[in-house]
Amino acid sequence: MGSRSSHAARIPDVDSIRRETGFSQASLLRLYHRFRALDRTGKGYLSRMDLQQIEALAVNPLGDRIIDSFFPDGSLRLDFPGFVRVLSHFRPVDEEEDGNRDPKEPEPLNSRMNKLRFAFQLYDLDRDGKISRHEMLQVLRLMVGVQVTEEQLESIADRTVQEADEDGDGAVSFLEFTKSLEKMNIEQKMSIRILK
Amino acid sequence: MGDRALVPFSPWSWCLLLATLQCCGASFELNRSTDSSAQRELNVRFAAASSQPVETISVFTLDYDYVQIPYEVTLWILLASLAKIGFHLHRRLPGLMPESCLLILVGALVGAVIFGTDHKSPPVMDSSIYFLYLLPPIVLESGYFMPTRPFFENLGSILWWAGLGALLNAFGIGLSLYLICQVPAFGLGDINLLQNLLFGSLISAVDPVAVLAVFEEARVNEQLYMMIFGEALLNDGISVGTRSWASLCSFCRITACAVTMKKYVEENVSQTSCTTIKYFMKMLSSVSETLIFIFMGVSTIGKNHEWNWAFICFTLVFCQIWRAISVFALFYVSNRFRTFPFSVKDQCVIFYSGVRGAGSFSLAFLLPPSLFPRKKLFVTATLVVIYFTVFIQGITVGPLVRYLDVRKTNKKESINEELHTRLMDHLKAGVEDVCGQWSHYQVRDKFKKFDHKYLRKILIRKNLPKSSLVSLYKKLEMKQAIEMVESGVLSSTAFSIPHQAQKTQETKRLSPEDVESMRDILTRNMYQVRQRTLSYNKYNLQPQTSEKQAKEILIRRRNTFRESMKKGHSLPWGKPAGTKNIRYLSFPYSSPLPAGRDVKMAEFTDHDGSDSELPPITFHTHSPAKSIQERRWTAEVIPMKSLHGAGTPPRFGYQRSTSREERLGRGRRAILRPKPLFHAVDEEFESEEEGEEEAPAFGSLLSSELRPGGDCNLSHSPLLQRK
Repeated sequence: MGSRSSHAARIPDVDSIRRETGFSQASLLRLYHRFRALDRTGKGYLSRMDLQQIEALAVNPLGDRIIDSFFPDGSLRLDFPGFVRVLSHFRPVDEEEDGNRDPKEPEPLNSRMNKLRFAFQLYDLDRDGKISRHEMLQVLRLMVGVQVTEEQLESIADRTVQEADEDGDGAVSFLEFTKSLEKMNIEQKMSIRILK
Repeated sequence: MGDRALVPFSPWSWCLLLATLQCCGASFELNRSTDSSAQRELNVRFAAASSQPVETISVFTLDYDYVQIPYEVTLWILLASLAKIGFHLHRRLPGLMPESCLLILVGALVGAVIFGTDHKSPPVMDSSIYFLYLLPPIVLESGYFMPTRPFFENLGSILWWAGLGALLNAFGIGLSLYLICQVPAFGLGDINLLQNLLFGSLISAVDPVAVLAVFEEARVNEQLYMMIFGEALLNDGISVGTRSWASLCSFCRITACAVTMKKYVEENVSQTSCTTIKYFMKMLSSVSETLIFIFMGVSTIGKNHEWNWAFICFTLVFCQIWRAISVFALFYVSNRFRTFPFSVKDQCVIFYSGVRGAGSFSLAFLLPPSLFPRKKLFVTATLVVIYFTVFIQGITVGPLVRYLDVRKTNKKESINEELHTRLMDHLKAGVEDVCGQWSHYQVRDKFKKFDHKYLRKILIRKNLPKSSLVSLYKKLEMKQAIEMVESGVLSSTAFSIPHQAQKTQETKRLSPEDVESMRDILTRNMYQVRQRTLSYNKYNLQPQTSEKQAKEILIRRRNTFRESMKKGHSLPWGKPAGTKNIRYLSFPYSSPLPAGRDVKMAEFTDHDGSDSELPPITFHTHSPAKSIQERRWTAEVIPMKSLHGAGTPPRFGYQRSTSREERLGRGRRAILRPKPLFHAVDEEFESEEEGEEEAPAFGSLLSSELRPGGDCNLSHSPLLQRK
């Protein structure tokens, strides 16, 4: 354990990251090691290429979009705080923590709303705050095998938007999105237990 | 196999079975009428026919004793194989009952036949055969196919549960039975404590692997799976080990061997050899298990039983009680320490999956009669417990698990929910992959370091074989190159037809059936989420659907990529390349030395390989990584070109195809001369080329043919300046 604390000192801005994301010291350290391992050429930051080296992502239907979500606003470099910030969305929700939370402070990154926001941005590529039918169709195409015809996909996309759309604008806003998922246990679905 | 129409226990296999039995019966008939009389009869007939002197030459003799043992063993194996095949051909049967049920039935059948003909069963099974031939393949196979990462992650829980649980069970059952034996009314006074304890240990050994096949249907969660699986693995060892320390040691050795060797074996041999090894191991262990079960069935029907109501009933009762006690007590304690405790439902499933199997029987059968004067009693009791648990528990555990499961997911999900759920599953899986796998044990990290530094250099050869995905990738690249030549422009694909026009929103009234069918389509066709633990099914090897899915995804990604290239877009995420020229050109993603690069690539690919632990999908060579890079690289250069106004993408397309044509020796000449965009980087690329073993990566094709392009007018001053 002694060696661990000395490593932690190497992480730049470790305290501010901890406050922002809520990770424990041990988790941060592990994440830092992982960050360094992914950064093969020792640049100090990650590029898309580095994340593409993970083969499992290559065969994930949403692989490209997941990688994109790590690079917000079209940036090309991912530094460690950014890396951790994205991953903190997937921290399991701690009920106690939630109870003692100061309501004036901003929501923790792993709250249900923020998790949903993260998922929402996977659909909404043009960042207009709405999932249009076209965007829904694109996601469907990614996720469904080749046997399904284009017409079927289109009708499914239509139906999906129709189901969730309440104000009739033909697109699913973030609030409509959350409403359609109110029964789902997002906290469990979008939590990775090792990130405790 | 699931796609085939329902094939009931097909008529032909029944006929074959019956025919075999007939032969069996017939041969026993012959045996019963002793050889001499048969011979005499034949001889007499022969003599009569030829009217020769009585002295005869036996032309046809039937010496059954000579061939008896191999003949019968072969018969049993044949019977069992037919039964197994029939069992698995039937669509629903494997989900209803564990395969052990079937094997026991077959064994009982054979036993009945043998008994019916008053034939004494040959002593095929003895201690040495069991330990030297029958048990090792089973252990080896268990170790080989064990998913190592979840096993070691849960090792604490598994040891706690399986180890302590087994001991608790053994002592509990033994002691309780001893107390029962003390009661004089049952007439069991001569069984001492030691015998009871030993009996307890062998009867407590569960064989849950038989149940795992039924679990497959219910999709039990990973944790539960590992617990039961680990228990299976350790149980064999413990019950064997209670007999002698030496057997425990050898058991551990075999398991350790299997577990460690798997990693290196799979990386060193080609895909086909890998499959062969897997199938061979499965076959061996399958044969062993079958033989044991058959023997068990044979022994059931015979004269060597001793029935004592008290002993047997109490054995059964105590087995259940003690298992329940050990499950609930031990898990209550261990749940305090686990981050994700096991629910009561999970515990019930674990309790109910305590099916005894062939292991217990073998041990009971091999009890030395000298130490156990009432051995027959123990054997009978063991058989009763096994029959009860295998048939009754084995058949009902499936419905039980489904019932417990169903209560959770009873509500109908809307299409939205389904889609979004699946998306989140994929997302979670992807982010997990980004996080990599963390071990809580420093030991594991240290081992990995050691592994990388030394073991891999020794044990893994340099030119690694290719997995089928890698070959697919290369084929795709080649195809693309050829396509470009033939068409002159990048061809569009069937997949990514960008939907330019937004259809007007007409709210169609959809009937419920439409919605249902939509939901059906979605459920059936959505891609499966990558499983972290390969589901372990003892009787089947991993299905190929995941690989098919992976290929589809890869192809689709490549095609969308091509589409974006065609439209001249920079990468979907791209910004103007601008200042990034230098980065692209210098190809920074690898170390400068070509030789070094190979090793480095291999290293980090291996690193990821061991991380991701997906045997069929791991990239064994570095070329996919490289070709992805090169593809990206070439794509990245394109926007550069277009940005610098040197040409529109289609024109670019011509240029590239022209150069390609040159290379492939076709006569067609385009109007434009090859603009060797890449000339500036040729030198660098060349040096990279030397180190490369596998040639047909997309980018290298490009560069290799551009090299001969002599008259290079460099159209890009930035490129030049970079140089």
